[in-house]
Amino acid sequence: MNIIKKIEGEHLRFDLPQFKSGDNVKVHLRIVEGEKERIQVFQGNVIRIHRGTTGGTFTVRKVSDGVGVERVFPLHSPFIDRVELVTEGRVRRSRLYYLRDLKGKAARIKPKNRF
Amino acid sequence: MAEKLGILGRKVGMTRIFASDGSAVAVTVIQAGPCPVIQVRNGETDGYDAVQIAFEEAKEKHTTKPARGHFAKAGKGLFRNLREIRLEAPAEFEVGQELTVSLFAAGEKVKVTGTSIGKGYQGVMRRWNFAGSKDTHGCEKVHRSGGSIGNNTFPGHVFKGKKMAGHWGDERVTVKNLEIVDIRAEDNVILVKGAVPGPKNGLVLVRKQ
Repeated sequence: MNIIKKIEGEHLRFDLPQFKSGDNVKVHLRIVEGEKERIQVFQGNVIRIHRGTTGGTFTVRKVSDGVGVERVFPLHSPFIDRVELVTEGRVRRSRLYYLRDLKGKAARIKPKNRF
Repeated sequence: MAEKLGILGRKVGMTRIFASDGSAVAVTVIQAGPCPVIQVRNGETDGYDAVQIAFEEAKEKHTTKPARGHFAKAGKGLFRNLREIRLEAPAEFEVGQELTVSLFAAGEKVKVTGTSIGKGYQGVMRRWNFAGSKDTHGCEKVHRSGGSIGNNTFPGHVFKGKKMAGHWGDERVTVKNLEIVDIRAEDNVILVKGAVPGPKNGLVLVRKQ
């Protein structure tokens, strides 16, 4: 197993900020179109972090024109340029699937109290 | 009959890495070699052309006296595993020469041979993907059976190769056209794209094709 850990260790990224479920993040994605490369930003709430080594992912949910959109990003993918932590949310569970059933004001996440 | 050169290794396990273009690739980690050449067989004395390679050092107490005598000729120590690979011109290899993962290059396609995971005695539904019978509608006792296995007086016997229940797995399986993603010479490790037959720690033979 040590060999596998060593191989995976070389592919892990430690430059992303520590974010949690409930946080609002901006994910800056590198998008390659033929020769060109551009950055696309996806902003939303993190509703799940599936930890692990190279296979880890996180899911970001946003409501776009009244339609809920969720995207799953690999945590260690080179396609992620950077992740910006916008606000930290106060939530009581790690998997926020209940947000899918809520709309409008009810679907808001309270910001974390900072004393 | 002639094969192409290869080395023995052990399947360490699977993981996922990111390729140079950023895409995620599922890979099998194989720890292979170094494999010393123990004997070079030739048509004149042995009746066929092959190289005999060894893998994994063994303690003296785990080897038999005849095996110790055989390994002594190569002078590379004692080993657990011996395999022969039939080659067209094995004379280009010398006894004692070590074959390592540097034999292969990233991007190359290889053949990997292993012993598949044993599944025990299995029925036709699991072993051959038969549909089975109904669970209800008057169906009795034959829910997972294979149905008819042939005709009547003519031909009077069950055809050879008829798919039936029996032992499944634990047999030699070769997978071709597996791409080498990376070679790590310092660890004697090969990363192969996709799955490889056998359990973790299973012995595998990686060959050129």
